[in-house]
Amino acid sequence: MLRACQLTKTFGGLSVLQEATIDFHPGEVHALMGENGAGKSTLMKMLAGLYPPDGGTIEWRGQPVRFDSPDDALSQGIAMVHQELMPIPDLNVAENLLLGMEPVNALGWVDRAELHRQARSWLKELNTDLDTHQPMRRLSVAQMQVVEIAKALARQADVILMDEPTAALSDHEVAALFKAITTLRQRGVAVVYTTHKMDEVFRVADRISVLRDGKWVGTKAAIEFSPDSLIAHMVGRELTQIFPPVTTMPGEVILEVRALTRAPAFRQISFTLRRGEVLGLAGLMGAGRTEVVSAIGGLAPATSGEICLRGTPTHVTCPADAIAAGIGMVTEDRKGLGIIPALSVEHNLTLAALPSFSRGPIIDAAAERSATQAATTDFAIKASSPHQAIRELSGGNQQKVLLARALLNRPAILILDEPTRGIDIGAKAEIYALIGRLSAQGTAVLLVSSELPEILSLTHRILVLRQGELAAELDPRQTNQEEILRHAMPR
Amino acid sequence: MTALTPPTLDRNLLHRLGIVAVLFVIAGLLSVLTDSFATASNLTNVARQISINGILAVGVTFVLLTGGVDLSLGSVVALSGVVCALFAHPGDHPLFVPIGMGLLTGVLCGLLNGVLVTRGGIAPFIVTLGMMTVARGLALIISGGKPVADMSPALTNLSGDLGPLPIPLLCFALVAGLSWLFLGRFRLGRHLYAVGGNELAARAAGVSVPQVKLFAYGLCGLLTGLAGVVLAARITTGQPNAGQAYELDAIAAVVIGGTSLSGGVGSVLGTVLGVLLIGVINNGLDLLSVSSYYQAVIKGVIIVGAVWLDRRQARS
Repeated sequence: MLRACQLTKTFGGLSVLQEATIDFHPGEVHALMGENGAGKSTLMKMLAGLYPPDGGTIEWRGQPVRFDSPDDALSQGIAMVHQELMPIPDLNVAENLLLGMEPVNALGWVDRAELHRQARSWLKELNTDLDTHQPMRRLSVAQMQVVEIAKALARQADVILMDEPTAALSDHEVAALFKAITTLRQRGVAVVYTTHKMDEVFRVADRISVLRDGKWVGTKAAIEFSPDSLIAHMVGRELTQIFPPVTTMPGEVILEVRALTRAPAFRQISFTLRRGEVLGLAGLMGAGRTEVVSAIGGLAPATSGEICLRGTPTHVTCPADAIAAGIGMVTEDRKGLGIIPALSVEHNLTLAALPSFSRGPIIDAAAERSATQAATTDFAIKASSPHQAIRELSGGNQQKVLLARALLNRPAILILDEPTRGIDIGAKAEIYALIGRLSAQGTAVLLVSSELPEILSLTHRILVLRQGELAAELDPRQTNQEEILRHAMPR
Repeated sequence: MTALTPPTLDRNLLHRLGIVAVLFVIAGLLSVLTDSFATASNLTNVARQISINGILAVGVTFVLLTGGVDLSLGSVVALSGVVCALFAHPGDHPLFVPIGMGLLTGVLCGLLNGVLVTRGGIAPFIVTLGMMTVARGLALIISGGKPVADMSPALTNLSGDLGPLPIPLLCFALVAGLSWLFLGRFRLGRHLYAVGGNELAARAAGVSVPQVKLFAYGLCGLLTGLAGVVLAARITTGQPNAGQAYELDAIAAVVIGGTSLSGGVGSVLGTVLGVLLIGVINNGLDLLSVSSYYQAVIKGVIIVGAVWLDRRQARS
């Protein structure tokens, strides 16, 4: 039905996609797999009319077509649900869903009752029951996604492109999304889908196309792949051991948190963290994990309770305090709280550690340059030059720059909030290895992750948060995903 | 890492080359169309005319880089000029007192803007709009609505020449040079870009956002005070009605120079080029005896056109 024919795209001299040819069929879930920078998003954006191809054609129902804009593609029946959702936060669900196609009465006014009736019926198609009167900004990411999909359905889309729809979802939300995808498949919609989560692909995809370094590697039915063979196709080599073994013995207590509270986000959180220890924080979305580590990292201080560093109560009222106290943090919100998009890789990298590259108030350009060179090598950061704007890097490379930024200050405690979200398997493996190395060097790591295999394989201890409270402390060697989820589920 | 040309520098360079090319074309046209453009006396005249706008434009570059705006420039120029003139009667005080008072007035206005923006959490547009009318009002109050004349020659001589160059131009050059060094070399300069580029991320990286913003408004105020003193010296009075709409020319120059109104992107060099472009256009239209009504229309079209071209370039 839709065919990408020899599609090619280059950005600033760098070829990101070369002559990719892939067919998409109605009623089929087609997963595009590949590492970051493999060209998946670029391919999707060309199909959705966001980028014009530099070579090749798009064939739609057997005819070559040109999409000049996303609207153009949408009018032909191709819709895209973006990685970063773009709802209008203050309009309600129904208004967002039917934006630009509101039903009107004889006077040309919007017929509110009809608007909500139609919105509800589209949502029902996806087996969801949302209050269509609530403003969009009150919705969870998962709910917004369902609204976006319903929006595509309402516009009679025959092809729905989803760029990492599950990146920000917890497991039970993913299940709801997959139910919606199954409905789409039954309606004969072609779903094109990217993800970095292996297990998901095999749950939902009918066929899988693999891209590597901008080139099409192959397309096969999902059942013909095994997780290992798929990874091998993606990276072009076998990743034998993705998690490093946990060998370090934790040392003395370096951080103690006592009765930390910021209601309603979290209440009475107490725990200790030792030198060289990797402590995992597990829990569902909204359980308060990010809020707890944000309080320790100074982003959003707690209202009561104590943070003791090496036995001394310490006031952390802003991130600068935390950095000065030897706490480094990489937030889950890479775009919002991490990168400065227009600044260069170098300037992003050294931002938090500028005093160590300065004489008085003046920056020592040579010291800054050599630190950047060291970090780009150590972290295998792929950039065309240290002056390249960081927004032009892939998500995985941006994340590596942010990790390097936090580590330039040699923090005694490193907080990692979803450090591998939305990045490719190769970069993930590098980050896992890094966590192992840091732990061996005596850095205490506080790891928040929604990916339970990470939590189980990388940590010395696991804390489970449930609805803002500490629900359990588990030993990763004596527990499993089911037990963690049992503690995490609201009751 | 390969030796590919960094795309960001590339674009800045293109942009600057673009403005420089436009400057040359206009200057070339004017040399052909008029007898007087390419003369030493006219060029020093242009230099004198652009200096005040130049100092203001460099000052407001700092504020625009943080993602803010300062609409009070013109009024604060008038207020600082009046304050300076009040202390500049012959035989009253040594030269540094009127200059210092003028600068101090500017700094205080700027810091007040900064405090209201950072502590008060009020949008810069509103805060500086308020300052615009308050400073104008104060200038009229303390001067009694009349120009403050009778300034000592020591001060008015400041609009004269030092060697072959007009002193105001030297002030502008010094301000631009120091600011260029500051933005490129100083930690605080880097922080200005970070805050404008992504305020929340800058905070998360340990940057003290309120301090940085306060600094930007304060420095902009200081330079506005300087522009006020230079203007008073040039017109030999503290004129409470002076400086009307100066903020518009200054902001226009900065934006033409490639600084983003949403912050985080821009440079002093760009601002200087923007100032030159606006200065040459103003001068050319005068020399061609274009009526001031038409001048206003032409200038507006050029400002929007320049920025439109720039954005088109940035997108491609």
